[in-house]
Amino acid sequence: MSEKQIRLKIKRQDNPHSEWRWEEFSIAYRPKINILTGLMEIRKYSITVEGKKTSPIVWESSCLENLCGACSMVINDRARQACSTLFDDLDLSSTITIEPLSKFPVIRDLKVDRSKIFADLKRAKAWVEIDGAFDLGPSPRQDLKTQDIRYKLSGCMSCGLCMEVCPQYSRKNAFLGAATINQVQFINLHPIGKMSKEQRLNVMMGSGGVQDCGNAQNCVRVCPREIPLTESIANINRETTWQGILGWLKR
Amino acid sequence: MNKRHIAVVGGGLAGLMATIKIAEQGIGVNLFSILNTKRSASVSAQNGINAAINLKGKSDSPEKHFQDTLYEGDYLADQKAVKAMCEMAPSIIYILDRMGVAFNRTKEGLINTRLSSGSLFHRSAYCGTTTGQQILYALDEQVRCYESKGLVQKYEGWEFLSLVLDNQGISRGLVAMHLNSLELKVFVVDAVIIASGGIGSVFGKSTNSIISTGSAQSIAYQQGAEYANAEFIQVHPTTLWGEDKLRLISEAVRSEGGRVWVPRAREDKRLATDIPDKERWYFLEEKYPKYGNLISSDIASREILQICLDGYGVDGKNQVYLDLPNKSEVELNRRLKATIELYETFTKEDPRKTPMKVFPGVHYTMGGLYVDVNQKTSIDGVYAAGECDFSIHGANRLGANSLISCIYGAIVAAISSVNYLKGLEKHLDVLEPMFEIKRREQEEINDTLAKQTGSENAHLLYEEMGSYMTENVTVIRENKKLEDTNNKLQELQQRIKQVDLNESNFWANQALPHLRNLHNMLELARVITLCALARNESRGAHYKKDFPERDDENWLKTSIASYSLDVPKISYREVDTSLITPKPRKYS
Repeated sequence: MSEKQIRLKIKRQDNPHSEWRWEEFSIAYRPKINILTGLMEIRKYSITVEGKKTSPIVWESSCLENLCGACSMVINDRARQACSTLFDDLDLSSTITIEPLSKFPVIRDLKVDRSKIFADLKRAKAWVEIDGAFDLGPSPRQDLKTQDIRYKLSGCMSCGLCMEVCPQYSRKNAFLGAATINQVQFINLHPIGKMSKEQRLNVMMGSGGVQDCGNAQNCVRVCPREIPLTESIANINRETTWQGILGWLKR
Repeated sequence: MNKRHIAVVGGGLAGLMATIKIAEQGIGVNLFSILNTKRSASVSAQNGINAAINLKGKSDSPEKHFQDTLYEGDYLADQKAVKAMCEMAPSIIYILDRMGVAFNRTKEGLINTRLSSGSLFHRSAYCGTTTGQQILYALDEQVRCYESKGLVQKYEGWEFLSLVLDNQGISRGLVAMHLNSLELKVFVVDAVIIASGGIGSVFGKSTNSIISTGSAQSIAYQQGAEYANAEFIQVHPTTLWGEDKLRLISEAVRSEGGRVWVPRAREDKRLATDIPDKERWYFLEEKYPKYGNLISSDIASREILQICLDGYGVDGKNQVYLDLPNKSEVELNRRLKATIELYETFTKEDPRKTPMKVFPGVHYTMGGLYVDVNQKTSIDGVYAAGECDFSIHGANRLGANSLISCIYGAIVAAISSVNYLKGLEKHLDVLEPMFEIKRREQEEINDTLAKQTGSENAHLLYEEMGSYMTENVTVIRENKKLEDTNNKLQELQQRIKQVDLNESNFWANQALPHLRNLHNMLELARVITLCALARNESRGAHYKKDFPERDDENWLKTSIASYSLDVPKISYREVDTSLITPKPRKYS
């Protein structure tokens, strides 16, 4: 064969209760194409390298711009977004493996159930409590410095990668994980969000809260939006400590 | 809690805001979204959100915002709706800011604003170049708050399939499908708000998310809702073409000082960095000195395409250079980081060192479901808001007006639908037979699609539709090519009946929903193509070489498509020009 081929080994699973299996596929190499382009091409005909007809690969994706958080996968043992991973980023001399995230229940193939992330955001009350979505005049001023910090924290797309690589986070415990802790910090820095920060810090002090972080710092290395997650965790840690002391003094 | 419910279809900016405003009034909401709402297509909006908050000492005002919007839209927009939107816009920015949207600030801590295409006022509030993402998240958080209060029930991973209309044609609910189990379920609701966003996938590749199929609005259209101004499709001047999609390179780059150029000499083989300034042709600045690189999107896209057709494209290809603004690293990061990173990620080139290479790409639909000033569609009990409605943008959208129109439309749709609900004489509480009939009808469609066999492949048909639409129904249109496209679409509508799903696993099956979407996309594609064919003039984003001028005498009117089995029925409705009399649109 004259054109360069890319080999992909994909972990397949028909439904949450069935056994998983590997299937191998091959596509023609083109410069600067991403993993999703490869998957889309395979899905068109769904033929394995052995020439066997198989079912179309199932995965979630939407924006294809590393912004929506849908297409998280484990590619060559590394958790990442499939859209922003180009084949050129990988060693193409050996077979590329693609697996679903392991910390979330598989729905089918590469599609997983990440509803826990959203349940956790609810648990942490990660929103600014406002009187209502109506006109109450100009909003409070915010200094440039705080805005710069908030902006860095603002891009969390609930993709789940930080949970995937966290040694403390598992399906069996209550740990909220870096994304939710960061979201609390993001809300708490807002001039109105600040007014109700105690209630969120209380959640952070409860079971599965910030004290469950083992400081492995894997999260910050894998975050596709490059959010300074460990800074958020450290800040929330400090804030909960103060809140704990203050609570004790008030007793 | 009131046991009455309103359904919202779509969880982007418009859908979430509508949900918030309904829940705020104590009415329950069933919110349908095919993905987690946080992953909605609004996430990709980069540049900003318009409101004449006038913080730059330039005497901007809602009235000027109103005038710019109409002028930019070549006077096809609904004047009363636009006026109301521009007046409400400043308060919307403050509401979003209170919700926690991380808007860029000025030194004094005020919300910062920048220019957008088609305007000379700094009117666009922004969050770096992730404005859509930030607003989406803030609204999603507010909805989560209402979820925890029990007022909102999210149906994420459910796809809207059909309205349930009673024998008087009034909407009484809907049928939706769970995308894992493929279970079909009916929902009895007093009103439905469609907020399903754009239709980029009709063109195959676009700047939209791949979930932006326009299925929901197509379904409403097929059930009797009028679809207006379908022919007006915005092609963004600067996108990055990829094999999987077109990625938006925000006009924020140009707003902050980025310049579009090509080498003055055709087939100049030198590296961009080796070409001195005087040998660079800043053709937009030269032709439109007043607006420069921020000339309206429709014009900029045509100019860029023409430059490439004339042989000036970089490396002989369909692409032009776009420089980053000359700013410090800190300021670049503060203002444009996300866009710079997007370009870097997908090209492996650093735009700080070498200019970006961009080309126009399908971006936005001005047309959509026909709505009145209350955002009501032509079906009783059905409302629409956001990109899927037609009212605000006329023939061409003013830069940074999309996000504000989403929020405005959603607020109005929410208030109107709640008022409608309160005035309803008859509420349905029990499942009347029509619900079961409708559910079974949808189930039969699924059965038919699952069983049909043949030699056609849905993915290939989708590509064929997309390439025809992109080739023939975008920047420059010709009647002959539009006729060919219409014929091709009819051919695809036949061939789709021979599609084999090639799939026997019906758990989390994506082939079946895709095929349903393809049906709906083809319907919309025909409406767009036929409306474009019929309009023999040039106005806004609709440009015909054979009819290069705007023709107010014959065409200052809204095109209205109504569904019929064989061919869409097209009629026209007068445009209300009671607030502003149309004047010629000239920028040079």
